[in-house]
Amino acid sequence: MNSNAEAVIDDFTFLEERDRLQLLLEFSEQLPALDSRFGDNPELLERVEECQSPVFIAVEGSPERVLLHFSAPQEAPTTRGFASVLNAALNGQSAQEILDLPDDFPSMLGLDRLISPLRVRGMRGMLARIKRKTAEIAAAGN
Amino acid sequence: MSETERISGYAHPDVLVTTQWLAENSSKVRIVECDEDVLLYEVGHIPGSVKLDWHTELNDQDKRDYLDGEQFAELMKAKGIDRSDTIVLYGDRSNWWATYAFWVFKLFGHEDVRILNGGRAKWIAEGRELTRDVPDASSVSYPVVQRDDKTIRAFRDEVLAHLGKPLVDVRSKPEYTGERLHMPDYPNEGASRGGHIPTAASIPWSSAILEDETFKDVAALKAIYFDATGFTAADDFVAYCRIGERSSHTWFVLKYLLGVKNVRNYDGSWTEWGNLVGVPIATGEEPGVLVR
Repeated sequence: MNSNAEAVIDDFTFLEERDRLQLLLEFSEQLPALDSRFGDNPELLERVEECQSPVFIAVEGSPERVLLHFSAPQEAPTTRGFASVLNAALNGQSAQEILDLPDDFPSMLGLDRLISPLRVRGMRGMLARIKRKTAEIAAAGN
Repeated sequence: MSETERISGYAHPDVLVTTQWLAENSSKVRIVECDEDVLLYEVGHIPGSVKLDWHTELNDQDKRDYLDGEQFAELMKAKGIDRSDTIVLYGDRSNWWATYAFWVFKLFGHEDVRILNGGRAKWIAEGRELTRDVPDASSVSYPVVQRDDKTIRAFRDEVLAHLGKPLVDVRSKPEYTGERLHMPDYPNEGASRGGHIPTAASIPWSSAILEDETFKDVAALKAIYFDATGFTAADDFVAYCRIGERSSHTWFVLKYLLGVKNVRNYDGSWTEWGNLVGVPIATGEEPGVLVR
C-alpha cells in the first residue's frame, strides 16, 4: 500500500472510535474545489439511486501519474469525506499503486460501526469506479 | 392551499409543525435532528437541536432490533429529553430518518412527538439560522418503558399471515419489479433476490410529498393511497421498504395524515424478506398472487 494511504489509515485508527467521525468531517471540509472545466455540480447529472448521495468522479493522466477529481454536494458531508479520503490516499499516484490499493481499504479506516454498512459500501463503490477508470488509463498506456 | 390549511386538513394535524412555528416556539420544545448522513448535524443544525444517530443509537448493536426499555431511557437521559417533553424531529432525505425516529419514539409510547414539515431542506431553503453549537443535554429521569412491538410494528410471520390485506411497498419502481438490487458501480445492498412481497401495492414513498418536501394535501393523499388502490382508512395496513426507514415515512402518512387506525411498519423489510428461506416473492409490475 502506498505511504499516503497508510498515513490516512493511521490517522483514523489512532483515534478513539467517536473521534473518527470528526476526522471524517475535517476531510470533507478539505475536499478540493472542482476544476471549473467540469462545470458546476456535475454530480447532479450522474445517475442517482435512492439511499445514495450523488458523487462525481473524473480520472485522468498517465500510467505514471493519475489525477483524480471529485465533486459531491455540501449537504452530503459523509460522501464528501469519503471522496476526500480517497483523494488524499490516491491522487497523483501511479496507476499500479492505485490498482494495488486493497478493495477493503474503506473498512481499514475503522468506521464500519459508526456509519451504516450501506454508506461504507458506497465508498467501496467509489474506489471500484476509480480503479476501473485507472485500469483503462493503464491499458491505454501499455 | 397554504401549508397551514393543508396541515389543518389532516386526521392528526397536531403532529406536524411548520418551520415558522418552530422558529417561534423553539424554546418550548426539544428539537431532535436525525439524518441519513451521519455528519450533517456537525455541519450545522437548527439552534437548540440535539443529534440522534439512527444507526448507532436507535438500533441495538448486537442484534438486529431496536433498543430495549432500559437502553431507550438511558438514551433519552443522554439527549436531555424528559417523558413529558414535546419532541420536534427533523432531518435530511425528506424526513426519512425523522419519521423513522418518530416511529421508534412511538414504540416506547412517547406522547408528544411531532415532525417538522419539509425537514432540514426546507429550513435551509428558507435561509433560517443554523449553528454548530451543541446544547448541554441531560435529563434527570426518563422512565423505563417496555417497547410495544404489537401495535405499530410487524414481524415477518405476521406479514405472511397478513398477505391478502393492504400491503404497501414504498420503494422505487425498479426495486419493486426486481429489475435491480443495486446501482451501477455499487455492490449488492444485501438481499439475495430482487422483487417484492406478493400482493404488495407499489406506492413509492415520494408520492406523498411536494417539491419542497412538505406533505401533499389530504385529498391528494386519499387519491393516491385509497382511490387508486381500493384500500380504505378502516383497513389493516402493513408498509415496508428496504430496512424500514422509507416505510416509516409512509406509515406516518397513513396513520397521522390519513387517519388509518391500524397500520404497522415491517422493519425487516426487503433485506429480510429477500433473503428468507421458504417465502414467496413476486417480480415485475404486477402485485402477484397469494400462494399459501
